[in-house]
Amino acid sequence: MLKNSFIALLVLAFGVLLFHGVVKLYKVPEKLNRTAEFYNSNEASQIGAANVVTAVVVTYRGLYTLGEVTVLFLAASVIGFFLKRKKKTAPVDAKPAGSELMTTASKVLVPGSIILGVYVFVNGHLTPGGGFQGGAIIGTAILLLALANPTYSISKKVFHWIESISGFVFVAIGLAGLLLAGGFLDTRFLPNGEMLSLFSAGAIPLIYSMIGLKVGSEISGIILELNDTQPNQD
Amino acid sequence: MELFSIILLLVMGVATIGSAILALTTKKTDVAILAAGAISLFASIFFLVLASPDVAMTEAAIGAGLSTFLFFVILRKTEQNAEK
Repeated sequence: MLKNSFIALLVLAFGVLLFHGVVKLYKVPEKLNRTAEFYNSNEASQIGAANVVTAVVVTYRGLYTLGEVTVLFLAASVIGFFLKRKKKTAPVDAKPAGSELMTTASKVLVPGSIILGVYVFVNGHLTPGGGFQGGAIIGTAILLLALANPTYSISKKVFHWIESISGFVFVAIGLAGLLLAGGFLDTRFLPNGEMLSLFSAGAIPLIYSMIGLKVGSEISGIILELNDTQPNQD
Repeated sequence: MELFSIILLLVMGVATIGSAILALTTKKTDVAILAAGAISLFASIFFLVLASPDVAMTEAAIGAGLSTFLFFVILRKTEQNAEK
């Protein structure tokens, strides 16, 4: 009990300190710094995305996003590598079905969540959000499916194929930018189009859809791998 | 900063710290998981008020949604193992 109250006190002190910093020291900046100023004033004429963050993430710092996707891919493959071994030796016993409430709710929530995820990454250049958020929402939908129907198994091969193809297309679009426009991951080889319409901002919607599919299939793959793992028998 | 934002941040801060204390001190694992998810939810409102809606969406999708669900799946799997 003494230890618990000490922990609670520590958390409280940390929270008060942090909160004090957020409220007291936060000042609304008067003007942007030089990089932000450049992005803000030139983005609309150069890239044409309604969401400046997306233009920065996908185009100006596209290489960084490629690195992030690679890190996630590595994590997914390592998890797949370590969890795969136990599958064959364990007997397939009947898992108990999920509760009635979960099964019924998942029938409503899973298609809706997948559509929401697709909406988020397709509209990444117009609204806050994008490939990573949309992919995480799709992954959550698959997780809900696995939670509600433990016996239900989806072929993991489909996810591996989607992941490989979308990663390949992402790099191919980057190379197309190198050949047809200013450099690697330059999205200006497609027309900018009308701002705020779905088909605008060059290749940004394409790249974000590929990132969304890749992240979604990677997270789903990790979850299905975890769900299929049988306990150690010894 | 407007008064409304400051009041909202104050309430959110108190709620975040409350959830953190609950997550640490509770004896039930599922209550702790839910409290940890609530921290992420409050943090995403923080990000929204501090004018970064994309980070708020990431926090809500990954912190509050995905990881909370993942904890529940793992909790159920470990409980199944314990029954055997």
